[in-house]
Amino acid sequence: MTGVRGRNGSDIDTVYAKAAVIALAGLAFVLDPAEVGLATGGAFEALVAALVLALVALVPADAGWRRLVALLALALGATGTLTLVHLPGIAGDAPPGLLVVVAGFWLAAWHLIASIAGIEQGSGEGERMRAVLVPVLLGLWALYVWEMAVVGFDVPRVLLPAPSMIAERFSGSFDILRADFEQTVIKSAATGYAIGCTSGFLLALIVGRIPYLKRGLIPFARLVPVLPLVAMAPVMALWLGSGWPMTAAVVAVMTFFPMLVSTLAGLDAAGRLEHELMRTYSATRRQMFLKLRLPAAMPLILGALKVNTVLALVGAIVGEFLGAPVAGMGYRILAELGRMNIDMVWAEIVAAALIGSLLYGLFTLIERGVTFWHPARGS
Amino acid sequence: MTTEAAILVPRTRRAARRPGVAGPVLAVALAILAIWYAAAVWLNGSADTDWTARALAEATLSQERPLLPAPHQIAGQMWKAIVDVDVTSPRSLVHHAWVTLAATLPGFALGAMLGILLAVFTLASRTLRKGLLPWFVFTQAIPMLALAPLIIAVLAALGLKGLMAKAIVAAALSLFPVTIAMAKGLRLPDPVQLDLMHTVFATPTQTFFKLRWPGALPVLLPSLKTAIALALVGVMVAELPGGDASGLGARLLSAFRGGRTIELWAVLVTAFLVATALIMLIAIIERMVLGSRGGRS
Repeated sequence: MTGVRGRNGSDIDTVYAKAAVIALAGLAFVLDPAEVGLATGGAFEALVAALVLALVALVPADAGWRRLVALLALALGATGTLTLVHLPGIAGDAPPGLLVVVAGFWLAAWHLIASIAGIEQGSGEGERMRAVLVPVLLGLWALYVWEMAVVGFDVPRVLLPAPSMIAERFSGSFDILRADFEQTVIKSAATGYAIGCTSGFLLALIVGRIPYLKRGLIPFARLVPVLPLVAMAPVMALWLGSGWPMTAAVVAVMTFFPMLVSTLAGLDAAGRLEHELMRTYSATRRQMFLKLRLPAAMPLILGALKVNTVLALVGAIVGEFLGAPVAGMGYRILAELGRMNIDMVWAEIVAAALIGSLLYGLFTLIERGVTFWHPARGS
Repeated sequence: MTTEAAILVPRTRRAARRPGVAGPVLAVALAILAIWYAAAVWLNGSADTDWTARALAEATLSQERPLLPAPHQIAGQMWKAIVDVDVTSPRSLVHHAWVTLAATLPGFALGAMLGILLAVFTLASRTLRKGLLPWFVFTQAIPMLALAPLIIAVLAALGLKGLMAKAIVAAALSLFPVTIAMAKGLRLPDPVQLDLMHTVFATPTQTFFKLRWPGALPVLLPSLKTAIALALVGVMVAELPGGDASGLGARLLSAFRGGRTIELWAVLVTAFLVATALIMLIAIIERMVLGSRGGRS
């Protein structure tokens, strides 16, 4: 599609060629001997990157090699332009030439990502690697554009701080972040999560034995999770004060019902045939539960445990918006917003996102280990 | 079960249990009410005095600021704030619910439409599908609701306040689940069905509207329930930090700060009722859209 005589993109790559021309043209404007010479930090790298890109476009090569070299060239170009944009004379007052350079790299990067995403299915291993590589590259690409735009145009910090500034604040305020993490995640979210999940599971075991109660309870238990339960926080604050037990209680309420519903559904997941087989073996009630119904319920129970990690974080953080002690992620977000310290707010959000995704990933791994037998596990 | 019905309805456990849910639900509702009253007596009473049962009930169930208001107190407060008060008055819960809904509904509609549009784009662009969708899925693993105050603050710095800002929060929260579900739904048709469309010379537009779109609806509609619930709670959270005077979130905060527990619970129950109504609205739409096809939901 993009190669001129292209079979598999192996001859001339017009998009890389255009991107290289754009980048070089931009550099010609930026490289004003009086201000930004080749010796200026970053300019040299950008030039080399653009030249390599041109080379990649024109020299016939195997598609895989072309992608690899383009990736390295773009990494170099990105480093160069990032160094350039942070220079005192340029930050906040980016010359149009630099924008043209960035546009060239932008185009080439998009083309590279698209070409990786466009690879038709190969081996399972390669497919899995690309499933990670494409979003990661796109994320890095977005971060690059974000940083260039914010630094180059001097976007007010209140609107959007640059990624580098957030990273700096994140590593610089590590102690505060750790204290907030202990308060919000360890004390309140984990406690509430443990209480909510355990009691939901136990109640499901009891209710599961009483079909009448189960029929009456399930409609409620299905409805409750979609209600704005976070709004219970003020009620909990009146009962438990504004410390971590308050948010833990909110988390417990939020995680209880998904666990109840999933366990109830899970305990019914084993089919009639399996039950009859167990009966043929003259399994006791206890064996029936431990060897058939509980294992059959595991996929749903683990699913609830996984979804509940997100609910727990939401409950703990948002619950704190309504008044907490002098620590905690939700408290900090509101307090720093009040002081217009937006980069600290972003640092807290990055921390929350990291914790959330780590927990989610952890439970995905556990899920894989425990429910390896389940037919739906493929994804 | 007649033979005909047995053929049409797969014999699942749920189908066998469908009759007679109303009785158990009513029983559970009554049990919840009974437990609530017992809890109110227990929480609002003090252990150190000797009470007769009647005096205890009177003393615990009619306090002005009880720790746990009894259901009839909450119902009374709601009646007062919904029926007795003029709907334009700031003391009316209808007014506050409307202020919240006025941001929730357009925000949800905007987010859902953008989500559907984005999902259609992912159908066309492999890069978007493989590069962007994983990030959208990622948002479901992180506490997005915590972003609401930040969005409000940034929009305020841009000069955008009130209804518009809250609607944008609602849109941002409802966008992701809808996009994920719709992108999944649009890709449900299998190669055989796509081949059939190809065989009958269907244009891509026809394939989209006659195969992919109807196929995606059963996946899209449940995600709309998630989205509208998120939109509502997002707007309520957005009302918390800005010092809003009206809206369910603002009313909740003012009742909490004033220690007016009966009112607090009345606002809470109203918020729950609004959420239930919104979910039921989507459920009705779902039944209308899917039921007319005789398909399984």
